[in-house]
Amino acid sequence: MADAAAPTGSRATIRKAELTLADRVAAAIRDAALAAGIALVMSIPILAYRTVDAPTALELRDRWPAVGIAVAVVFAGRLLLNLVGGLTARRFAAGTASLAAPWFSSLGRLVGPLVVTFAIVFPFLPFADRYILDLGVLVLTYVMLGWGLNIVVGLAGLLDLGYVAFYAVGAYSYALLAHHFGFSFWLCLPLAGILAAFWGILLGFPVLRLRGDYLAIVTLAFGEIIRLVLINWQSLTGGPNGISGIPRPTLLGLEFKLEGGFADYFGLEYSSLHRIIFLYYIILALALVTNAVTIRLRRLPLGRAWEALREDEIACRSLGINTTTTKLTAFAIGAMFGGFAGSFFATKQGFISPESFVFLESALILAIVVLGGMGSQLSVAMAALIMIGGVELFRDLELFRMLMFGLAMVAVMIWRPRGFVATRTPSIVLKHRGAISSDLVKEGRG
Amino acid sequence: MSGSDAILTVEHLTMRFGGLVAVDDVSFVARRGSITALIGPNGAGKTTVFNCITGFYKPSVGMITLKRRDGRRFLLERMDDFRIAEHAGVARTFQNIRLFAGMTCLENLLVAQHNRIMYMAGYRLGPNAGPADEVFRYVSSSLSAVLGLRRFRAAEKEAIARASYWLEKVGLIERADDAAGELSYGDQRRLEIARGMCTGPELLCLDEPAAGLNPRETAELNTLLKSIRQEHDVSILLIEHDMRVVMEVSDHIAVLDYGRKIADGTPEQIRADPHVIAAYLGVEDEEVAKVEQEIAT
Repeated sequence: MADAAAPTGSRATIRKAELTLADRVAAAIRDAALAAGIALVMSIPILAYRTVDAPTALELRDRWPAVGIAVAVVFAGRLLLNLVGGLTARRFAAGTASLAAPWFSSLGRLVGPLVVTFAIVFPFLPFADRYILDLGVLVLTYVMLGWGLNIVVGLAGLLDLGYVAFYAVGAYSYALLAHHFGFSFWLCLPLAGILAAFWGILLGFPVLRLRGDYLAIVTLAFGEIIRLVLINWQSLTGGPNGISGIPRPTLLGLEFKLEGGFADYFGLEYSSLHRIIFLYYIILALALVTNAVTIRLRRLPLGRAWEALREDEIACRSLGINTTTTKLTAFAIGAMFGGFAGSFFATKQGFISPESFVFLESALILAIVVLGGMGSQLSVAMAALIMIGGVELFRDLELFRMLMFGLAMVAVMIWRPRGFVATRTPSIVLKHRGAISSDLVKEGRG
Repeated sequence: MSGSDAILTVEHLTMRFGGLVAVDDVSFVARRGSITALIGPNGAGKTTVFNCITGFYKPSVGMITLKRRDGRRFLLERMDDFRIAEHAGVARTFQNIRLFAGMTCLENLLVAQHNRIMYMAGYRLGPNAGPADEVFRYVSSSLSAVLGLRRFRAAEKEAIARASYWLEKVGLIERADDAAGELSYGDQRRLEIARGMCTGPELLCLDEPAAGLNPRETAELNTLLKSIRQEHDVSILLIEHDMRVVMEVSDHIAVLDYGRKIADGTPEQIRADPHVIAAYLGVEDEEVAKVEQEIAT
């Protein structure tokens, strides 16, 4: 009976395959038409009309060709993606998790020290002019923020949309302490961290019972509250005018100034670049400390409890783990690193105002963590480089760079839905090392 | 058996969800060193009783007393779930397996020893420690761990040894570094029992440990449960539908139906109890045979 069934079965599958090819093209065209329809609806309010300043009054001009182009582009792109890209994307999603995992982790161990070495010699490379160095400082600031938030989001699985609040607390802590009491940067750095951690715990208490979307909304609100308080508490924070004249950091008491400073002491010719290089090394050291602490914590009971919390909170409680303190420590330690970064930001800029701590910053840091892949430290750093450096690279495109940014995000979400490195490395190994596929690792529900 | 004193006494336990009475005035005793089974048809309230004992629900009425080996008594209905696991020595598994799927088997067993490692690192807290003390414990012992103090390293080494022992015991040592989510269903069930045992419990509560197991795995489970009781002096409270497990390993059985206890006794007594046969086993064997015959013709 099986013999008789086999040939008919295979003929049926062949016919089915032919059918599906024709079907697929038809389905692809249908889908592309639908996408084009959506593009049409979306582009009418955005593209079709434009107000123009005419000599007499405001004039309305239509731009229907632009709408036509947009719709055509969406149709063609969607069709192409359906016919070619859809296939590769599916193959990617199935293959990469298992294929790239060992390759990347073995490479990761090699790449890590290389990247650190490169970061250390970076300021002395020939192409490192003032602009490049400033960019390096900016990227490293976001690397550090990404690593800090990764503790809360990546390890403990608590979605935090208000991370910038702790960045602000750190920055204002340093600015106010320096302004009112004349404390130096090096004294304020730990204080800013402690204050930010305190606020992290304060935020943690009311949101302990919340999960997922609810947690995200409350943390988002917390970020906004901090910003609004900074704007409205004029007498303390200077309101929207911010605080200026924040002292620069010193190297063992040596200031970076024209006379009697760092350059004079070492008999060097004065260069304004010295201060930038110094700032670069401060943020590099801070970022590396963040990284080292995170890696160490991951191997300790506390770090494992965080990850277990992300995997299953109820199981955690059944094993006697106090989820309250576990969550609070994640918030506190994540916030502490945000505070460090904030205090560095204040000393780097010399001026801070609430405008620097808008929600977009939180979203950017979260995007770095998600893009990086929530687990790997190196990939978070890579994501920060791409997000900050890449956007900087497209500066000439002006407003279009946000478009590029959006396109890049969509591409990543199609091909690497769980970030650049979608595998988890076990925190401890008994016999053989391996990576865990992202299919098994939970994202955490808050 | 090591004595017949009660480890767990459940008295007049009632659990209401709005108008629904899930558990109605249930009392029973689990004796130290014995395996007590809680059986009953679906929806009889077995898992609700479990959730009350392990603190996941707060019972509407009733008292649940746990007596530890050293004589300390705990009123479980007044304690938080994680404190029951930590201080009263009650471990549990879940009907729908709740492993940390993205972590390795070894990591799963190390998470279970979280408190033990923290205590051994030298930061023991009393049962009435407040939240501030616990934050202090977390920060201080994590700090000592970051610095790699010897006390901490010794604690972790012992924890790994204990985890290896249990992995060996449930036959998963070769899979120690694989993600728990990759294991087969039967392996996951055994790993969850091993994880419960790693917390160092005196009472192990198993919610349908044999569900989804094949006959060979069920036989292995019976051996495992007996050895846990005999070699590790851990009492077991068991919810199970599989009579091959219940009748073979239990010393004592309590039967629930519609939230009430309808019978209580040894397996032999339960088998012969007319209430149980009516409510739980349904019809007698001859009738089953008769029905089968009717279907066949």
